[in-house]
Amino acid sequence: MKADPKGVLTGAHFMDGDHAACEGALAAGCRFVAGYPITPSTEVVERFAARIPLVGGMFIQMEDEIASSIAIQGAVWGGAKVMTVTSGPGLSLMMEHIGLAAITECPCVFVDVQRGGPSTGLPTLPAQADMMQVKWGSHGDYEIIALAPNSPQECFDLMIKAFNLAERYRVPVFFMMDEVVGHMTERVVIPEAAAIEVEERRWTKKKPGEYKLYETGPDLVPEMVMAGQGHRIHVTGLTHDERGYPAMNPAAQEQLVERLLNKIREHNGDLVDVREDGVEGADVVVVSFGITSRVAGHAVEAARQQGLKVGHLRLVICWPFPAQLIRELSAKTKAFVVPELNMGQMVLEVERAAAGKAKVVSVPHAGGTVHEPEAILAAIREAGR
Amino acid sequence: MSQEALEGAGCAVESDNPVLPFLRQDRLPHIWCPGCGIGTTVNCFARALQDSGMKLDDVAIVSGIGCTGRVAGYMNLDSFHTTHGRAIPFATGLKLANPKLKVVVYSGDGDLSAIGGNHFIHAARRNMDLMVVCVTNHTYGMTGGQTAPTTPQGATQTTMPYGNFENPFNLPFLADACGAVYVARWTVYHVRHLARAMKEGLAKKGFSFIEALAPCPTLYSRRNKLGDGVEQLKYYKAKSTIKNGADTKDVGLTFQGDIIVGKFVDRERPTWLDSMNGHLTKVFPGKFTPYGS
Amino acid sequence: MSDKPATAKVKGTVSVKPEVCKGCAYCIEFCPTKSLEFSQSFNRKGYHYPVLARPETCTGCDLCGVHCPDFAIFGRRLKPGEKA
Repeated sequence: MKADPKGVLTGAHFMDGDHAACEGALAAGCRFVAGYPITPSTEVVERFAARIPLVGGMFIQMEDEIASSIAIQGAVWGGAKVMTVTSGPGLSLMMEHIGLAAITECPCVFVDVQRGGPSTGLPTLPAQADMMQVKWGSHGDYEIIALAPNSPQECFDLMIKAFNLAERYRVPVFFMMDEVVGHMTERVVIPEAAAIEVEERRWTKKKPGEYKLYETGPDLVPEMVMAGQGHRIHVTGLTHDERGYPAMNPAAQEQLVERLLNKIREHNGDLVDVREDGVEGADVVVVSFGITSRVAGHAVEAARQQGLKVGHLRLVICWPFPAQLIRELSAKTKAFVVPELNMGQMVLEVERAAAGKAKVVSVPHAGGTVHEPEAILAAIREAGR
Repeated sequence: MSQEALEGAGCAVESDNPVLPFLRQDRLPHIWCPGCGIGTTVNCFARALQDSGMKLDDVAIVSGIGCTGRVAGYMNLDSFHTTHGRAIPFATGLKLANPKLKVVVYSGDGDLSAIGGNHFIHAARRNMDLMVVCVTNHTYGMTGGQTAPTTPQGATQTTMPYGNFENPFNLPFLADACGAVYVARWTVYHVRHLARAMKEGLAKKGFSFIEALAPCPTLYSRRNKLGDGVEQLKYYKAKSTIKNGADTKDVGLTFQGDIIVGKFVDRERPTWLDSMNGHLTKVFPGKFTPYGS
Repeated sequence: MSDKPATAKVKGTVSVKPEVCKGCAYCIEFCPTKSLEFSQSFNRKGYHYPVLARPETCTGCDLCGVHCPDFAIFGRRLKPGEKA
């Protein structure tokens, strides 16, 4: 279906990534946000609080991030499309509810405007060090989706995609911004509502009595209802059967957990979203994401001017990781260079996928600013040797 | 069990217990121990639902974790068994996304007042339109009988093996101080009163808080040598005084001491949603559509 | 209980589902007319369950029913002419 024009601020704007992310959420149909102030993410909810009264929806500032991350899930079962917004320390508090969203298959978007950590770290300065936390942070086995925009325009565009993926797969979707992307101001073009494709919730057509909360078809994603429709659903964080009833046994656990993983893993191919620049035939491929991709772009250009055959692969969807793509490239390329604003997180995935077939060079950075392009260039030269 | 096997005259085996339509019969029997008072509170809640005349499709129930956290799963309502302590913020989101629902939070004292204490005070402060039922059994039952914020001084629990020396919460006082519009306490001896309070809570707009004192014979009573469930109900009967309108600062509990029960608070205050709608209607004259209308 | 009338003016009865009873005795203890007693036999789970030992005193007030944590018993008034 098309976006509801009420939420779409069509036109060309000059806005920062935090505000553009908010506009993306409004365009995607998000009508309920619960949040708690935290630098450098607060502008997202500030704008939402200002915009939502006349769009028709709800913002509530909760007492903490724990409350925010579960209030949105209550709102999902009330029928809303939802989002919460935070940064590292708040994200750490939300971990239990990421597991709840995973096991109850609650479509929701978590925005993480990353800052330097651990702990309070560098509240006003960038990092990309929450990448493994969003993948593995809650206990148990589950799958999530994570996207990494690298500009205010992408904060708008990819936010719509984030909401659509949350609805399609019924998983928590992470929007992995960083302080620089959040606070940089650029031109953002918002199209007409009619040009924005929005995924509707997978509402069931089944009647009360016929419908089972977690019955699935071949795509392994169950259909949804909301409270108040007479289905008398039971939603629990306990391991449950198709009806949603607690089922405390190994067979039910295996069935549920395998489906939670496979509903994403069997769609890994559909969930590859990368931007390739000169990857075919390159000796060295730089793998980057988010703000670092913009710095890496300069390093790639400089390396090419020096005569090196360098490609650039930017991960737009970081999770699920495009392992198959890296595996195929590793047979054709000498080396991967992985710059990221952390001490080596996504590089572990590149190493895993390359499985020794190509050299993998990490370009770590503790955060607080972006890489010097020269550091990435040096790694490219080193890797190509 | 055949009819013949029953002893005594006039005893019929029937399934038309009036509370059954309010329960998920395919999930019974429940997990609670013999003499556990939680089931009695559920019985009262079923009767409150019956007496309220509300359509069950319009009522949703949210629980946290623990023995009382299992209540949601036994009610024939849209039911949500969430995370430990977080039933209230979940219920807040559910209520705000669909204001037509009556949302009931039903959980235990540890869940609501320890790990969930922050959410409790803020939902009361905001006057979020929720009915909160707190089953107070003074202990963490599901994990084996540890000290709760409601454990009276002097009671022994596994994590206070030499007796509790902490000061417990007076939950009605806390709810009152934070702005709840309806505050009552009853025990599972006072079943008719408790059911009536729940009916009033269902009808009340705003944050209503009902504390139901209930025995935990397996852990709290046994460890403190207080006998079985019946013994605790006898204690409730002997030591309870009904004081409607009592000042909540005076209703704190002590170990096996006097209990003040009653309806302590019943007042009117705009709910969070009414406040938002009223305020934004003034800020955006002619432009704002009240949410949920 | 000697001050209680031997026969209640209002007639009632109870229904029991022995198999779900856990023998807590709330119904027996708090029956206003002391009409209930424990069964001699056990249910499948090994609990004694309530029986209406004195049907003539039961008023069908259903206090047993409201107290029951296991939804195993309820009381009701007899219709005129109905026998317990």
